[in-house]
Amino acid sequence: MRTLEAQLRALRGAGRKALVPYFVAGLTPDWVRHVEAAILAGADAVEIGIPFSDPMMDGVVIQEASLRSLNAGTTLDSLCTDLASLSTTAPLVAMTYYNIFHHYGLERAAGKLRTSGIGGAIVPDLSLEESGEWRRACEDQDVATVFLFAPSTDPERVRLLTGVTQGFAYASARMAVTGQAADIGDAQRVVETIRASSDIPAYVGIGIATPEMARAAAAVSDGVIVGSALVKIILDGAGASEVESFIASFRRALD
Amino acid sequence: MTEDSTFMSSPDERGRFGNFGGRFVPEALMPACLELEVAFRDAWADPLFIEEYERVLRDFAGRPTPVTPLDRLSERLGIRVFAKREDLAHTGSHKINNVIGQTLLTRRMGKHRVIAETGAGQHGVATATAAARLGLSCTVFMGEVDTQRQSLNVFRMELLGATVVPVLSGSRTLKDAVNEAMREWVTCVDDTHYCLGSVMGPHPFPWMVREMQSIIGREASRQLNDLGVGTPDLVVACVGGGSNAAGVFAGFADSTARLVGIEAAGGSAVGKGSPGVLHGMKSLLMQDEFGQIEEAHSISAGLDYPGIGPEHAHLAESGRAEYYAIGDEDVIDALKLLSELEGIIPALETAHAVAWIVKEAGTLIPLGSTVLLNLSGRGDKDVAQVRAILRGEA
Repeated sequence: MRTLEAQLRALRGAGRKALVPYFVAGLTPDWVRHVEAAILAGADAVEIGIPFSDPMMDGVVIQEASLRSLNAGTTLDSLCTDLASLSTTAPLVAMTYYNIFHHYGLERAAGKLRTSGIGGAIVPDLSLEESGEWRRACEDQDVATVFLFAPSTDPERVRLLTGVTQGFAYASARMAVTGQAADIGDAQRVVETIRASSDIPAYVGIGIATPEMARAAAAVSDGVIVGSALVKIILDGAGASEVESFIASFRRALD
Repeated sequence: MTEDSTFMSSPDERGRFGNFGGRFVPEALMPACLELEVAFRDAWADPLFIEEYERVLRDFAGRPTPVTPLDRLSERLGIRVFAKREDLAHTGSHKINNVIGQTLLTRRMGKHRVIAETGAGQHGVATATAAARLGLSCTVFMGEVDTQRQSLNVFRMELLGATVVPVLSGSRTLKDAVNEAMREWVTCVDDTHYCLGSVMGPHPFPWMVREMQSIIGREASRQLNDLGVGTPDLVVACVGGGSNAAGVFAGFADSTARLVGIEAAGGSAVGKGSPGVLHGMKSLLMQDEFGQIEEAHSISAGLDYPGIGPEHAHLAESGRAEYYAIGDEDVIDALKLLSELEGIIPALETAHAVAWIVKEAGTLIPLGSTVLLNLSGRGDKDVAQVRAILRGEA
């Protein structure tokens, strides 16, 4: 079993709902301090968003944050260098679009993630059918390949996807790109279809905007991913202490 | 409809043309792509569907479009040039062929709304037209930059009952319009078909759009035979995503004709690009050393795209087709030349192909050659922009 998955299963074994915040790497010069603040406030794992010029699955908040980060010169190498200064440990999972890894070289990219302490990767535009080469590259480096499950995914595809997803299953709460929503949509149904074919931890993301929504999503799953709502406050100028209290409010809702 | 072809056959089961193509989309869109492939295969094998598609193209869109000998241009250049007149098709370009097919397919799938991206506005106008004809709801995404340089086309789409959404992200051109259409499609895939305008995107789009445009090449091949010309030495077409080129090439892929695609110098995916993944496909893309997609820059909104359809990437890699680039500066001269010599004002996109023929007659095109130019669209949409350029205002 991948290291990431063992860590996340242990978390569930301990009766804890996972809280996974998403950061856009390089959005601010002190972005690694934000990651540390989140971990101190009770984040169990952290998604590291690697900015891409054409984030097809992202709404306006992450589009804007990606653009700012790219304009600041962020690259896969630069963010990995930044991560060397991370003083707090928690499982890290990269999230980016396939062209970044494809261009870097799949084996080289997987190796870079591993040596930078990143134990998993989410590539939303890499379909199951096209994922073979990437999964082989990650296998060699103990990098877990995390797949998304959508409300539109039928039970047969869910079965295929649970056969390849590692670390956790990313359950999309809704048919939408990233961004804050008003409710947890189809989260329960998507998680139930995953659980019908696998006992891998299932986390809910896409649209989780408030501690109340996080609590509702966690009640039907093993954890939640909080992206745009967090990135929004950083875009609006939040520093490490605001990030810490933001994450703490979600932690309280989950415990 | 597909006849066995050595060079432009059906893609493999993963949607690959050689090393390119495939289906790189979020899981949320995978079921829709799979459903579309099944529906297209079924429709395209159904004689009743084909009969309706061809009948609508005839009775509504004005097909077949003629092939016109360009006598004065030919005399000037020392070669024989024939034009396939897609500019005479309804809505002013080849785009109508694809949207008639896709809107009929939309109805057949039981969906009642289409969304589309557009660059120059030609595909948007064509989609709005075909949607109006079938009573489908229509939303078109268009980069804000393009809504400004093609404001008349925005108004045309609105007259046709479509909603035009200006796209404010990224470079605010065609690439960003595709991103935004994909984002929208995720939210409404149950009742909405994404009417993609070129031979790009995830499988089955590159194949399906080429098939729906291949009527250009099949007609032209027959018409040149009827004119006693036979197989031309070259078939030349402009290439953004590459739908008009794919359509005309399809009629000549297994002939001896050289197939030549002309990109805009500022949007030259074959000339300046490298393999990458964008908009659901693996193809040649203009990108920086980190894999970030570069912004294309062209005088013509329709060629302002940093990628190219995957089948073109394959035709380039296999050597079956040749691709060259033409800069903005040659395009206006070519547009004026064709207007003055032949009485045809071509679209700025098409003028790239004209410019290459003018430039290479006697060099890459041996004197005495027979050339088929795919005259993909008319220039009415561009005259305000061209006037501004010629007056030094742009």
